[in-house]
Amino acid sequence: MSDTVRIVSIIDDSHDTKTFEFQWEEKTSPGQFIMVWVPGMEEIPMSLSKTARIKSITVKKIGKDTQKLHDLGLGAPIRIRGPYGKGFDLKKGKKMLIIGGGVGTAAVIPVVKETGADTIIGARTDKDLIMEEVAGKYAKNLWIATDDGSKGFHGNAVQLMREKVTESRYDLVLACGPEIMQYHLYKACVELGVDCQLSLERHMKCGAGVCGCCMMDDMRVCRDGPVFTKEQISKMKDFGVSTRDECGRRVKLG
Amino acid sequence: MLVTSVGKLRLEKPGMVASGIMDETGPSMVRMLKCGAGAVVTKSIGSEPNPGHPNPTFTELKCGYINAMGLPNPGIELFGAEMEIAAKSGNIIGSIYGASPEEFSRLAGKMEEYGAAAVELNLSCPHAAGYGMELGTDPAVVGSIVSAVKSSVSIPVWAKLTPNTHILKDLAIAVRDAGGDAVVAINTVKAMAISPQLGKPILSNKFGGLSGPAIRSIGVRAVFEIRAATDIPIVGVGGISDWKDAAQYIMAGACAFQVGSAIGTKGIDVFSAINTELERFMKDYGYGSISKMIGVAHE
Ligand SMILES: Cc1cc2nc3c(=O)[nH]c(=O)nc-3n(C[C@H](O)[C@H](O)[C@H](O)COP(=O)(O)OP(=O)(O)OC[C@H]3O[C@@H](n4cnc5c(N)ncnc54)[C@H](O)[C@@H]3O)c2cc1C
Ligand SMILES: Cc1cc2nc3c(=O)[nH]c(=O)nc-3n(C[C@H](O)[C@H](O)[C@H](O)COP(=O)(O)O)c2cc1C
Ligand code: FES
Repeated sequence: MSDTVRIVSIIDDSHDTKTFEFQWEEKTSPGQFIMVWVPGMEEIPMSLSKTARIKSITVKKIGKDTQKLHDLGLGAPIRIRGPYGKGFDLKKGKKMLIIGGGVGTAAVIPVVKETGADTIIGARTDKDLIMEEVAGKYAKNLWIATDDGSKGFHGNAVQLMREKVTESRYDLVLACGPEIMQYHLYKACVELGVDCQLSLERHMKCGAGVCGCCMMDDMRVCRDGPVFTKEQISKMKDFGVSTRDECGRRVKLG
Repeated sequence: MLVTSVGKLRLEKPGMVASGIMDETGPSMVRMLKCGAGAVVTKSIGSEPNPGHPNPTFTELKCGYINAMGLPNPGIELFGAEMEIAAKSGNIIGSIYGASPEEFSRLAGKMEEYGAAAVELNLSCPHAAGYGMELGTDPAVVGSIVSAVKSSVSIPVWAKLTPNTHILKDLAIAVRDAGGDAVVAINTVKAMAISPQLGKPILSNKFGGLSGPAIRSIGVRAVFEIRAATDIPIVGVGGISDWKDAAQYIMAGACAFQVGSAIGTKGIDVFSAINTELERFMKDYGYGSISKMIGVAHE
């Protein structure tokens, strides 16, 4: 369940994102996450961006703890626990479209590898794009969307998804990215009549389904999710609307 | 067959969700009530919003969990919105923590107003400076808090005790003498875990509370000891994950029990599994009701 591993390689994915690889024997599945800690930082949740014998996390630097991880060098020990949560349910025989938004791309890369399905990667600009190469290697078709049009489709991943779903039939959309993106994605899936599974985030402490701080309605994101089905999401009043802070107070999503 | 009562409070099922496990929000408490719990004890709520200790606050160990969440909660005012959702679905026991008899009384009054079926006084958290166990190991302080709360609410008042003391039975007697309706035993056992590779304590608070299978035999002993010393109703908690664990607590003297960590290790179906199997055991061994089983190990 918990282990201390050493970083065996570090990949620079972009100006603010790095992937840290380590060897970990635990069996994991695409969409699951771990809790990561080294002394001097708060323990934080990170999706697994590789799920074979060599595992990895892909960290976007946005604050003090992700900065602390970025400061780590080769061989540094990190404490991890997990894997936690329910990952993607990869249905055989379904035509899938995979969508990664921002650093959320890291969480869907294992699914791209396992299925080879068509994939969309969205980012603000071409400088923020991550994992294009590996996605291109495994996906049948890879499309890029940037908000400023600096690469690929000019617009967001959801707009591009609407085009692709209208052009050819898909049975299932699998996605991870900012909640606002996934909110619009969900609306689009409802409108277009496509099934979906979305990987969501909430503030986490135990990660193990015990403390109850990561609730969306009556679901624990860490244990009942982080990947939820369209059916489950349809019952969530919190989705796209509100979250909870460390105290458990309801906070409007910005 | 599984009906029991804790003093005046009747429960259709003897198992409750222990404080601090999936009980910080209204919808999660409703979900647990639907899973076969006879009641849900809320997360311990204080006067002000509290973010708790920084992560790491929790980790799995070989034989249980260790946590130092640090009593995170939205504060009693905002918790009203969660209670409004939960209290209409079943028995909600309002757990509260404070630093003085007055603070406990005010919080208890709010919980009563919100529709709580009883209040549980957290006199036992091992990792919150100035609260919990730091107050709950002095029988005089425990007595003064219980009697203050008793005189300000009309719902039952339960006191949750710590095992981190050698005078547990004196604490239970103090609760009874102050008019308390039940004692709840045990809270977590003060403990520590260190990472050898990192050379540091794992929890940000350094110390935490041990829960799960590791503490079951401590809890059973505690309940047995309290039962031998006083006749106050006892709610047993600590390391219960199946019918055998629950039966041990009942036979030691508990009239009901709570489950915490096993909601994580076994899943939320743990209550329905315990209910089914406990009932089967009672039929097989000729116990017609929970009350027939309470304290049999003393006879
Ligand atoms: C299941 C899950 C998987 C994730 N996977 C990845 C990933 O693969 N790559 C990645 O870069 N990021 C991922 N994140 C987000 C990552 O955990 C946050 O970016 C990180 O915690 C920020 O910490 P900080 O101290 O650097 O920033 P801070 O300034 O402390 O926080 C910035 C924001 O990060 C979020 N955050 C902080 N602490 C937590 C916490 N304990 N739990 C959840 N969110 C928190 C909050 O939204 C906060 O506003 C994931 C989050 C979750 C819940
Ligand atoms: C994550 C976690 C949080 C807890 N929070 C509280 C709390 O807020 N108030 C309280 O009285 N007990 C709290 N407890 C203690 C439990 O209610 C229970 O007494 C203890 O865990 C032993 O039972 P168990 O072995 O079934 O978990 C907490 C326990 C855990 C594991
Ligand atoms: S983080 Fe504790 S229940 Fe999800």
